[in-house]
Amino acid sequence: MPDTQALVNDFLNKLKKRKIEGSQATAKQTAELLRSVISQTRVPYTNQAAALIQSVKAVGEGLIAANPVELAVGNVVRRVLHIIREEDLSLTTAAMAGLNLSAVSDDEDDVDGDNQPVLSAAAIAAASRSTLRPPSLQTLLEDVPDSAAVPHTSSSGGDSEGKSKSADKSSRSRKLKHDVIEAVNELIQDINTCHEQIAEQAVEHIHQNEVILTLGSSRTVLEFLCAAKEKKRSFRVFVAEGAPRYQGHLLAKELVTRGLQTTLITDSAIFAMISRVNMVIVGAHAVMANGGVIAPVGLNMVALAAQKHAVPFVVLAGSHKLCPLYPHHPEVLLNELRSPSELLDFGEFSDCLDFGSGIGAPLLHVVNPTFDYVPPKLVSLFITDTGGHNPSYIAEIYQLFVMSLRGEDMKFKSEIMKTNCIAGGNLVKS
Amino acid sequence: MGAQKKGATARVSEDPEELARNPLQAILLADSFATTFRPITLERPKVLLPLVNIPMIDYTLAWLESAGVEEVFVFCCAHSKQVIDYLESSQWSSQPNFSVATIESHNSISAGDALRLIYERNVIHGDFVLISGDTVSNMLLTQALQEHKERKKKDANAIMTMVVKQSKPSPITQQSRLGTDELFMAINPVTKQLLCYEDKAEYSKGFISLDKTLIADNPSIILHNDKQDCYIDICSQEVLSLFTDNFDYQHLRRHFVKGLLVDDIMGYKIFTHEIHSSYAARIDNFRSYDTISKDIIQRWTYPSVPDVLCGSTAIKVERQGTYRASDVTLSRSAHVGSFTFIGQGTKIGNDTKISHSVVGEGCTIGSNVTIEGSYIWNNVTIEDGCQLRHAIVCDGVIMKSGAVLQPGVILSFKVVVGQQFVVPAYSKVSLLQQPTQQDSDEELEYADSTSGTGELQSEKLNGDIAPDLSETASELGTGGVGYIWSVFEGVQDEEWRHSVAPIPTDKLVKLMLDEDEEQLTQDGNVLSASGELKADSDDNGSEDENNEDSRDDYVFFEKEVEATFLRAVHENVKVDHAVLEVNALRLSYNMASVDCAGAIFYSMMKLAVESPHSSASELHKNAAEMITKWQKLLKSFLHDIDEEIEVILKFEEMCLESAKEFAALFPQVLHLLYDKEILQEDAILRWADEKEGADESDKVFLKRSEKFIQWLKEAEEEDDDD
Repeated sequence: MPDTQALVNDFLNKLKKRKIEGSQATAKQTAELLRSVISQTRVPYTNQAAALIQSVKAVGEGLIAANPVELAVGNVVRRVLHIIREEDLSLTTAAMAGLNLSAVSDDEDDVDGDNQPVLSAAAIAAASRSTLRPPSLQTLLEDVPDSAAVPHTSSSGGDSEGKSKSADKSSRSRKLKHDVIEAVNELIQDINTCHEQIAEQAVEHIHQNEVILTLGSSRTVLEFLCAAKEKKRSFRVFVAEGAPRYQGHLLAKELVTRGLQTTLITDSAIFAMISRVNMVIVGAHAVMANGGVIAPVGLNMVALAAQKHAVPFVVLAGSHKLCPLYPHHPEVLLNELRSPSELLDFGEFSDCLDFGSGIGAPLLHVVNPTFDYVPPKLVSLFITDTGGHNPSYIAEIYQLFVMSLRGEDMKFKSEIMKTNCIAGGNLVKS
Repeated sequence: MGAQKKGATARVSEDPEELARNPLQAILLADSFATTFRPITLERPKVLLPLVNIPMIDYTLAWLESAGVEEVFVFCCAHSKQVIDYLESSQWSSQPNFSVATIESHNSISAGDALRLIYERNVIHGDFVLISGDTVSNMLLTQALQEHKERKKKDANAIMTMVVKQSKPSPITQQSRLGTDELFMAINPVTKQLLCYEDKAEYSKGFISLDKTLIADNPSIILHNDKQDCYIDICSQEVLSLFTDNFDYQHLRRHFVKGLLVDDIMGYKIFTHEIHSSYAARIDNFRSYDTISKDIIQRWTYPSVPDVLCGSTAIKVERQGTYRASDVTLSRSAHVGSFTFIGQGTKIGNDTKISHSVVGEGCTIGSNVTIEGSYIWNNVTIEDGCQLRHAIVCDGVIMKSGAVLQPGVILSFKVVVGQQFVVPAYSKVSLLQQPTQQDSDEELEYADSTSGTGELQSEKLNGDIAPDLSETASELGTGGVGYIWSVFEGVQDEEWRHSVAPIPTDKLVKLMLDEDEEQLTQDGNVLSASGELKADSDDNGSEDENNEDSRDDYVFFEKEVEATFLRAVHENVKVDHAVLEVNALRLSYNMASVDCAGAIFYSMMKLAVESPHSSASELHKNAAEMITKWQKLLKSFLHDIDEEIEVILKFEEMCLESAKEFAALFPQVLHLLYDKEILQEDAILRWADEKEGADESDKVFLKRSEKFIQWLKEAEEEDDDD
């Protein structure tokens, strides 16, 4: 346990000091950290899942608070919590099947299991807004009326717990942990391979002799473009340099070494060039629940230009970038202001920052935001590792392919983000 | 533990790969050894003073940690207990891969003492970062460290790398930004070697003097006055031992750096590393406190900014650079302007205006208060209608309603300002009385009264505040508590230089004008320079000054020659080499060969006197040996008769002053010099002629050597007869 504590502290520090760059790296490291937290957690005989959830939550809260701008951390924490619940559920079902329970209760058990680890508070909260809550994915698939399922939960949850007690507990708990770790490994694998999975779809989107515009640098975009090139598509890429960090320069260099026809332009030339462009392909920092995108600064401008000329604006995002939160949420930090030294040289401007003369206050204020918010109506298409999606369906995509949103997940969010349950309701509705 | 580590380093040094993995260490001086922050530093060490609501030392430690330093030794002296307690309770004591150890001392009065103590502890095992606890930076250390290590590998004498930053397109920026004097550096642009460091540029004279050998040794030199010293040094282990060897080194820059630069015997070299995009600055006085606070609020120090250091949930950045903690009680009609920080639990009343300021935690600010450019620390109460402009207000201060702080005021801990009282500009107010004894050397003064007695004083203070303060109540208005420190004479005019308040316009204009003039004279120098900076600049000074200067120079020169000569004697340097060295000195001090001859003769005779002898005859023998051995050296500077006369005059002077033992031997030595053909008879006769007309007192030696001169004259006549 002290080992994990040290790891956690180390990671917290890195997050705080902004030493980890890129949401993929962050997501991967978060998942790996949580994996070791899970493997180190001592599991009691009863209610193992709750113990795991608790320790993951405790670590997760700290991680999210360390750098709220890095939304991928929260996303991964939620995914891991989801995994624990899923594994617990499947084990419970298996155990009950092994106990030769009547086949009749299968459907019901599924529902039970689904909600089994729900803390009673969550269940009550869920019940209280049951009118607001649309049917969950699980219930939809299982075709069980939702209104009946929710109040049912709390009573039969204890019931099934009682049944499962008779099962071989020690082996089960070991099995749960083992399964959860397996599943987290899969998650890490997913995060690792999301580039390739997205890149596989490249040929469907990039066609012969097209002109593609991108801004700044994103590894996903690079892989995507290269994948198309490997499939013998010939096309041109316009790279906007992406001031003030000029990562576009690096991307251009990389593209050229991979043999792609590349044109480097300034950010300010985007509007002039956009009419010649067939498609804009960019990476994202995070995709919010309403389909809005938090992206490197300058992308809103690109999106507006693309809209003006009816050029498709395509956003590539691995599933770890999908975030169940809303951008207008007061507690979501959408931006981070970085050092002005990226914009201008301190030495050359130090006379403008001279507080000893004049009114004693600086006349020059340098603002260097890291991110832009691109509203969903400007995005034509999202390409995730599960395929292409329209922004208005992003919440459903999240439910279908990432994880089903449930009361306790929202509650976890609300604990950290102090959000109210309505937001959760909205999320599922949209 | 120590032994273990030593073993590790011994092994490490064999393997370069391992060497790189030697944990990087740092020495953090948690004591500035200066008095610029008085009276605040009488009660709390400077490194714990809040800078945008976070103690300064946290910025330094955060940087060290992010720069990859693994082991930090915090040296504390003044208020060491407070520093140690703080560090123990802070997050720094429980960091993985980052250990903070404290070294406590009660009698160190300078950075030099501190480093000597650390050397004795034997805790530093390799290259280390030397930094003081009031430095804010976000630079990456890897490159500078790499360069340092590579240089060290090539040249064992490259023992230090100094971090500098460009900052000064405007002529007055140095003063108005950081409140420091202009700094001149001479840097070799290719090797980045630091050749000259002059932080007290002689404004009055408007010139700096460079050693001519510098120009001879370096193909190119760039003189900078646009560099800011960041006070971050990467040092090799030798630095510590150098401090121990030279026990008179106190100040890091004034003594150590300059000492190394002047000292060409050991040949240690200092290099510079210039940072461009990253930030580094040291808080040296109230002005730099103000400037660096504003830089932090403007995020130049990112990621060392309050919202990142404290966690973004606690403090949020809003538009126009306003930082606000989560639970601030702000009246609807209050106006919080741009670049302002408001700490946790602070309450702000109606119609209060705050701009460009920092307000700490738990403060209560009433209605209709105006706060501009001020630094208000924690738990301060400011009642209705107060006005604060460019002031620093420490913890626990109470300002009764209607009180006014004029620009540049410092209110130390728990001071109470009475109703409607106006605290005059630049005044410093404290509960502690101003220390009466004022030492001229500020560094010494700081340590003696703060390290030991500072804490005592404050403790005592808590006990018997009441009787002490009733009498002084009038000083700060009705109900006011505290003493207004008087400003020392002479310093009064200079207060504005280092205060938090912006420089008044008239001073600024004056400063500008001064600079312009200086610029002109400097330009003149540069144009006509070509190695003769010195000669040219003499025109600037008045005649008196000029003479005095050259007089001083001669004394220095003489000393240098003597040192060279002694070395030549002890190390058996060949005469040719000695001649070369003396010639080099002659060039660098811009002396004539007359001076050389005088100086060499002086050194020879001095050595003769100093070598053991019991009687006059033995002394004579010593002198004879000396002259026989080194006659060639002396001769090479005796080109004509004037120089020979100079030697005689010098000898005469010696006999009168420094080496009276020779007085009796004067004629003998003169004869000896004549025999060895060092002095021609013409010279001696001319000297005799000149002395004829002098006072009686001056003729003592002439009379003594009358016989010899007589003999000379006769010999001459004989020659003529032939």
